[in-house]
Amino acid sequence: METPIALLSIRGLTLRYGGVTALNSLDLDVARAGVAGLIGPNGAGKTSLLNVITGVAGPHDGTIIFAGESIKREATHHIARRGIARTYQHIRLFANLSIWENVSSGVFAHPRRFTHADASAAIERVGMSERDLSRRAGTLPYGEQRRLEIARALAMQPTLLLLDEPAAGMNPQETADLAALIDNIAADGTSVLLIEHDMTLVRSVCRHVTVLNFGAVIARGDCEDVMADPTVIEAYLGAHRER
Amino acid sequence: MSLLGFLAAHSKLFDQIGIDALLALSLSLSLRAGQLALAQAAFMGIAAYVGSIGSLVAHWNLAESLIAGPLAAALVAALLALPIGRLQGVFLAIATVAFGEIARIVEINLPITGGAEGLSNIPNDAGTFLIYAMLLACAGGVWALQAGSRSFALAMAATREDEHAARTIGIDVARVRILTLVLGAAIAGIAGVLYAHANFFITPEDFGFTRMEQILVSCVIGGVTSSLGAIFGSAFLTVLPETIRFLHQYREVSIGVILLAVILFAPSGIAGLWKRR
Amino acid sequence: MLIQQLVNGLFSGSLYALFAVGYTLVFGVLDILNLAHAAIFTAAAFSALALTAAGFPLPLALACAIVFAGILGILLDRVAFAPLRRRNAGTLVPLISSIGVAIVIRGIIRGIWGSDELRFGNFGSMPPFHVGGLTFGILDLVVLTSSLLLVAILSFVLRATTFGRNVRAVAQDRVAAALLGIDIERTIWMTFFLASALGGAAGILTGLQFNSVSVDMGAKIELKGLAVIVLGGMGSVSGAVLGALLIGIVESLSVAYISSNFRDAIAFLVMFLILILRPQGLFGRRAQRTG
Repeated sequence: METPIALLSIRGLTLRYGGVTALNSLDLDVARAGVAGLIGPNGAGKTSLLNVITGVAGPHDGTIIFAGESIKREATHHIARRGIARTYQHIRLFANLSIWENVSSGVFAHPRRFTHADASAAIERVGMSERDLSRRAGTLPYGEQRRLEIARALAMQPTLLLLDEPAAGMNPQETADLAALIDNIAADGTSVLLIEHDMTLVRSVCRHVTVLNFGAVIARGDCEDVMADPTVIEAYLGAHRER
Repeated sequence: MSLLGFLAAHSKLFDQIGIDALLALSLSLSLRAGQLALAQAAFMGIAAYVGSIGSLVAHWNLAESLIAGPLAAALVAALLALPIGRLQGVFLAIATVAFGEIARIVEINLPITGGAEGLSNIPNDAGTFLIYAMLLACAGGVWALQAGSRSFALAMAATREDEHAARTIGIDVARVRILTLVLGAAIAGIAGVLYAHANFFITPEDFGFTRMEQILVSCVIGGVTSSLGAIFGSAFLTVLPETIRFLHQYREVSIGVILLAVILFAPSGIAGLWKRR
Repeated sequence: MLIQQLVNGLFSGSLYALFAVGYTLVFGVLDILNLAHAAIFTAAAFSALALTAAGFPLPLALACAIVFAGILGILLDRVAFAPLRRRNAGTLVPLISSIGVAIVIRGIIRGIWGSDELRFGNFGSMPPFHVGGLTFGILDLVVLTSSLLLVAILSFVLRATTFGRNVRAVAQDRVAAALLGIDIERTIWMTFFLASALGGAAGILTGLQFNSVSVDMGAKIELKGLAVIVLGGMGSVSGAVLGALLIGIVESLSVAYISSNFRDAIAFLVMFLILILRPQGLFGRRAQRTG
């Protein structure tokens, strides 16, 4: 089941906040191509995992190997420069800066010399080139802020893109556009790790999914198989019942 | 009155504007990176004392003071940057205020700084021309730094907007914070040496919290997100009480009201310090 | 000698406490540093002075000046903080706007009374007390007892009244408090009234104790108060009281036993170190590092 040449390889990852175990001895591989899905009920530890990968949360036990090298305990900005980009569950654009400035911030982690063309290309890919690029990011409608956040990440030309619930708050049309965009990103050779609640989106872009609950993996495998897994159904239903 | 006559008659005023502008420029660097670091008055004082003691004791000329003073201030800033590197928002502001007070008390008590009376007989050789030349050089230097590496301005802006997000796109936030603090300290240091050499004497009170408040006010009135704004802010603040004579008795009041008006009605000048989360 | 120094430390510490509880209360509720607190402290002292000069009996003058300080606090909130709160301005902009209000208040005082030191009557010259080898003035005793009494009243209000419960709820989580049906704005302006009235009382008592009132009298206590609330843990009222007494006593002891004049730096050095090493304060448990 594990891809032999994984781009990102996580083993035995454990993260504790005080007395709470947010991630419990977690193993995860992200392949060098395609879109990997990561699902699970609220509080399962999905965002904690992204925080650990990007060096924001820690310290933790276990190993994280990215492109053959350990990135454990590395500073967040170094991890970004290695080629890992992310978006946030709650949008974190530079709200007072323009669209252009947001995308131009790809310059800091870009593997080669960053040019205007790189910024334009990123804006183009999320379909925002019609916009007045000097407009403040914070004034954009919600859906476009989501897309701009992806564009900012793409401008870094990452090898791995971590998307944290990108479809949250989007309408069905926007979600469909997003699916096309993610397909397109993966087709260009960028690996994507997608955290998502929207099962329609997960089904349409991921072949392989991993299910987290209480910080541990409870199922993984082919999308349709996993969805039919009784453990997974129970985890989701249980979470609903508690609420 | 001819232009030269006017300049000569008001040269003290122009000197003051130039020095205030340097200080505002210095603070604006930290503010542009979103850091309310309130140590500029202390950096100014450190450089003023180092430069003045040098010229009084070791007979440095002004050029030597202008190199040694700002260097000392920058060095202290670099050391200060280490412990305060992780402090955020109000806590950074308070820690830097505490640092400023410590510096002031040290200046009162060191045997070499002349105590609360301060130092006098400092050579009065920093003229209006030199002050504006230095202002031009510093403003030009900041501008050139941005022009030379366009990403520097962007790194400051991104750090100001959201430090966390700035890190995850590859910005070394710690470096941005240190760089703005040290660079600001050097510029405040230049202002301090010029102040000492334009005023004949200095006391520790010249570099206390009142001075820091005044620097902050001129910076905010001019708009913290641009260096030019900071410079205009201090010019405005110095000229205003002189031109509105009938307000003279209440000039503090008018300055306070203008500050509040800028914050409440023209908030774009302080755009970056608004945090929505 | 030692006991006398301790008692002296209590005298100054109780004034610091009275000043700092309001300072820290506002921080605890709103997460903002109110740099106009010292200006209200000064304004209250001047208004007490003006009222006694106008012939008011001293107790009435003091009571009126304290209420006036409280009202100034409400005005401060309306002008400098409430509009920013509505726009979610964060914590740095209110700090700057409070400096604006402080400049205005100081400017008005300077405009009316000038920059010189002024005196109340000459009741400062009452003979000192002697109890068991200790010496203190009647005023010192009045200041100590009224400071501790006011601080005790504040702790009682915060602990035992509905208003106090609301204050604690708003300080914990403003959104949750609103969902519980607490009137946030009312709680906030009442907090400002209380905090500023206490700060004003500290100003009046300081003016009386030293029989001296000047526009710059707030400068020193503003920064010392900052050290106190950092020491006690930002936002903690009981921490501020302990911190204030501690700083008062340490200062008084160092006057007696440390010859160096660097002693003034102790409070700020401690404050700096606490911010870096233990941002929750000496007595606090809550970690409050993010601004």
